[in-house]
Amino acid sequence: MSLTLAALIGSITVFVLAIFLGFELISKVPPTLHTPLMSGANAISGITIVGALILLNNNEYTTVDGTSVAQWLAFAALVMATINVVGGFMVTNRMLEMIAGKKKKKGGD
Amino acid sequence: MVDPVVWDIGYLVSAALFILGIKRLSSPRTAPQGNRLGAYGMLLAVLVTMAKLYSDGLIGIELIAGGLIIGTVIGAWLAIRVEMTGMPELVALFNGFGGGASALVGFSEVLDRISSDGIPDAGVELYATWIAIGLSGLVGCLTLTGSLMAMGKLMGGFYIPFTKKDDRGRRKWVNFPTWGPPWLNYVKGLLLISSIALIALTIQDPTNKEYVYYLVGTSSLLGVLFVLPIGGADMPVVVSLLNSMSGIAAAFTGFVIGNNVLIIAGSMVGAAGLILTFIMCKAMNRTLSAVLFKSFGGGGKETVTRTKVGSDPEEVAMVCDGISKCVIIPGYGMAVSQAQHAVKEFADLLEAEGVEVSYGIHPVAGRMPGHMNVLLAEANVPYEQLIEMDQINSELPECDVAIVIGANDTVNPVARSGEGPLGGMPIIDADKARVVVIIKRSLSVGYAGVDNDLFYEDKTMMLFGDGKKMMNQLNSAFKDL
Repeated sequence: MSLTLAALIGSITVFVLAIFLGFELISKVPPTLHTPLMSGANAISGITIVGALILLNNNEYTTVDGTSVAQWLAFAALVMATINVVGGFMVTNRMLEMIAGKKKKKGGD
Repeated sequence: MVDPVVWDIGYLVSAALFILGIKRLSSPRTAPQGNRLGAYGMLLAVLVTMAKLYSDGLIGIELIAGGLIIGTVIGAWLAIRVEMTGMPELVALFNGFGGGASALVGFSEVLDRISSDGIPDAGVELYATWIAIGLSGLVGCLTLTGSLMAMGKLMGGFYIPFTKKDDRGRRKWVNFPTWGPPWLNYVKGLLLISSIALIALTIQDPTNKEYVYYLVGTSSLLGVLFVLPIGGADMPVVVSLLNSMSGIAAAFTGFVIGNNVLIIAGSMVGAAGLILTFIMCKAMNRTLSAVLFKSFGGGGKETVTRTKVGSDPEEVAMVCDGISKCVIIPGYGMAVSQAQHAVKEFADLLEAEGVEVSYGIHPVAGRMPGHMNVLLAEANVPYEQLIEMDQINSELPECDVAIVIGANDTVNPVARSGEGPLGGMPIIDADKARVVVIIKRSLSVGYAGVDNDLFYEDKTMMLFGDGKKMMNQLNSAFKDL
């Protein structure tokens, strides 16, 4: 895949706009949610899992002597990213259940 | 072959789910849904990628399946097993893995391109790709080692393996160091400059793998030195900043593999993490640069020369009998001693007597943004009783008893004087209450290294001991009244 200047500018545009979007999305967060928000956002940053998957399946890796260093690096990246994603969302869910569970009980009585 | 546009549309939907997810995570009512939307977005992104790989010809299925399974098992195991007190460490660890994964993707790509003649000719593609790889490596490695350091600091230290166990079956414990002379900042600056220079060198000479290895070294060392001088009350700021950087690393990885969903999700997380960082800084009345470059306390620890006679739980229980308003001010010590359930029990006992109980939460109490809220929620404390600093301060003058458990710097009146390491930091005005009960192990200074005048005031009662033990004794003393 060759990269043209136009495609690069397109990606940079997306990058800059997404940064502004991130700033606008969160203006006021109650302290109760600081930890879950951080942990949830952290899980989303595990999106790099997509990169690990793509690289791990790269045809060019299949060298004569089997698996290359590059492929093992991609494998390690996949494991790390998966831990980040799965663990991150589960932990966030646990925290939020505790906080939300409380409110439901309060509403019940 | 399927038209690549199909995959791009899938990724677009996934990016939209992330945006909605983050938005909803910032409001209590919609937060659980926000987290689920984020998870669906991630699942979709993985499924789209798998479908794409399948249509392009799946070759590394064993490794892919193996990696996904291993990662899922470890991640789920950690997430289920963790105690609420251990949450900050775990978030830091996950964060480090995210950054590390981004760096590894970058290095994998560059090694692959070098070994398979995939180096583009000098031009836009070379510059863009190599800068993106370099930056994802730099930020990713920094995030990984920085987060691991942060995790060590949050744990407070570690047991040295293979050392002799003492009579209680514990190995030798080493406190995690916090160390930062002023000249360390120059070392950090130098490392940053050489990392950037190495990225420039990789562009000049793209076939040279050595530059890549050097870059791993300098950026990893930078991460260690970056967190080394920071300690105590500044940890929430650092954890939040590292969270932001793991997002940025993912965005750079997006440039490396030319994928918009990585760029969108990564930069959004980066921006959101930065906002949270600034919220934390504001709560401590410190600028980000002061947090990062001026080591906090540590150096000039005051030695405690004054003494104070401790009270016993029976005395405190008697004082608490017949009051009408009580404010509980928790700090990290409550988390360490796992006292949240005992605190809640005490609050229940008081409420049964008709006492109005609320909790004053300092924004940076604990070691992570919102740490106290999570802990108290675990102990079933109603959300409505957790009061933010500004609001509780207006209520404290009418408060009969303020119970400070495991907190120190966040109630130190010296902060109001505007001098010393704590100068200007907003505090909870525990000293305005009629009686102050402080549950603490000793009179020793907090992380800022400043003595606390509040301990020595006549209206202050000190309960020396472990938070949970003292709370339990207080509970039984109160029941016996």
